Amino acid sequence: MGIDRRKFFKVSGLTALGLAGGSVSKVFSRETPYGDSVQTRTWGTEPPKGPLTAQRWAMVIDLRKCHEQPDCNDCVAACHSTHNVPDWGNPKDEVKWIWKESFEHAFHDQEHPYQQESLKYLPALVLCNHCDNPPCVRVCPTGATWKRDKDGIVMMDWHRCIGCRYCVVACPYGSRSFNWRDPRPKIQKIEPDFPTRSRGVVEKCTFCEERLARGMLPACVEACKYGAMHFGDLEDADSNVRKLLSERYTIRRKPGLGTNPEVYYIV
Amino acid sequence: MYDAGKVILGIVVFLALVTFPLWYNLAGDASVAAPDLEKAEGTQCVEDAEWMRGHHMDLLDDWRDEVVRDGERYFVGPDGQRMEKSLSNTCLSCHVNKDKFCDRCHNYMSVDPYCWDCHVIPKEVM
Ligand code: SF4
Ligand code: SF4
Repeated sequence: MGIDRRKFFKVSGLTALGLAGGSVSKVFSRETPYGDSVQTRTWGTEPPKGPLTAQRWAMVIDLRKCHEQPDCNDCVAACHSTHNVPDWGNPKDEVKWIWKESFEHAFHDQEHPYQQESLKYLPALVLCNHCDNPPCVRVCPTGATWKRDKDGIVMMDWHRCIGCRYCVVACPYGSRSFNWRDPRPKIQKIEPDFPTRSRGVVEKCTFCEERLARGMLPACVEACKYGAMHFGDLEDADSNVRKLLSERYTIRRKPGLGTNPEVYYIV
Repeated sequence: MYDAGKVILGIVVFLALVTFPLWYNLAGDASVAAPDLEKAEGTQCVEDAEWMRGHHMDLLDDWRDEVVRDGERYFVGPDGQRMEKSLSNTCLSCHVNKDKFCDRCHNYMSVDPYCWDCHVIPKEVM
């Protein structure tokens, strides 16, 4: 069957050297002899248990509640075990989808030296903001990362990612991690319901789109015992997130950049 | 032409050497027995076996795009049952031993698909 990313680059490299002008056409012309049965197949779209849908998913994180439990790591643990995120134990190879960051790092344009102690020293939960105007998507040359029209989730297609890391540079929030090495040996317990990644691809939070499709809330929201994480539809005026946003004072990360992040923080 | 005899002899020797593997295989019976694939545990595949033999890779490519890009995760199988478009969870739930099914044929065909770099073989991690 097809060729993998590495082989593709090797072949393209050789081609560029002028060794084999014709090899490019061979690489691209994968024969797909479709039989009739593909066209006539009737795909269903509804899962057995109704999916959770929204016009625009958004998250509200109550940092006050979070700060009351400084030792709690439930959301991070739940996310990383659900999604087979490796634990390298060093910042150089680190792969993360959701993690704790100091307030001054997470909100560096909104802090000042005389800030409340609680904000100053206690960490804020950060993850991909599923920006409404995502710079990572603009730079991706392969379409491996894109914003879903139906609900605004910024998706990852690990089949298409070529590991160029443009998106890592473009994301102003550090939400993306690169797999410098094969992550499998560093996954404590492989979760059979979710794929792992391979060396050379970028990964990040996907708002648990695979769980939403099965009618479940994101793993972090479900794992939080203290009600610090809320997930809902921003377009629905009666939703939990809209209610919180209208009643509480909330901030977003780096709002001045125009990315329109969709993770809100109650401070 | 100078040394026509030697040149022609050279060409003949060259051709003989280059095509040697072909002759050798024709002369000896170098055919390898088709692999003995393990029978699936289920009774009904998502398509008929003959079609799957030639096109399972296209089907999996389709599934991949439909699931990841379009969010369409389910399909109605031939027996009217709703099933998940999933290599690890649907295909391998009947073809329980990847090494006795997928691998045997892939080895025989000398192909090396990289599905398993990421997709989990449930039996191996349970
Ligand atoms: S937070 Fe970063 S990775 Fe997530 S959508 Fe915004 S720019 Fe992209
Ligand atoms: S690393 Fe992957 S997802 Fe990121 S820009 Fe490159 S191809 Fe796109």
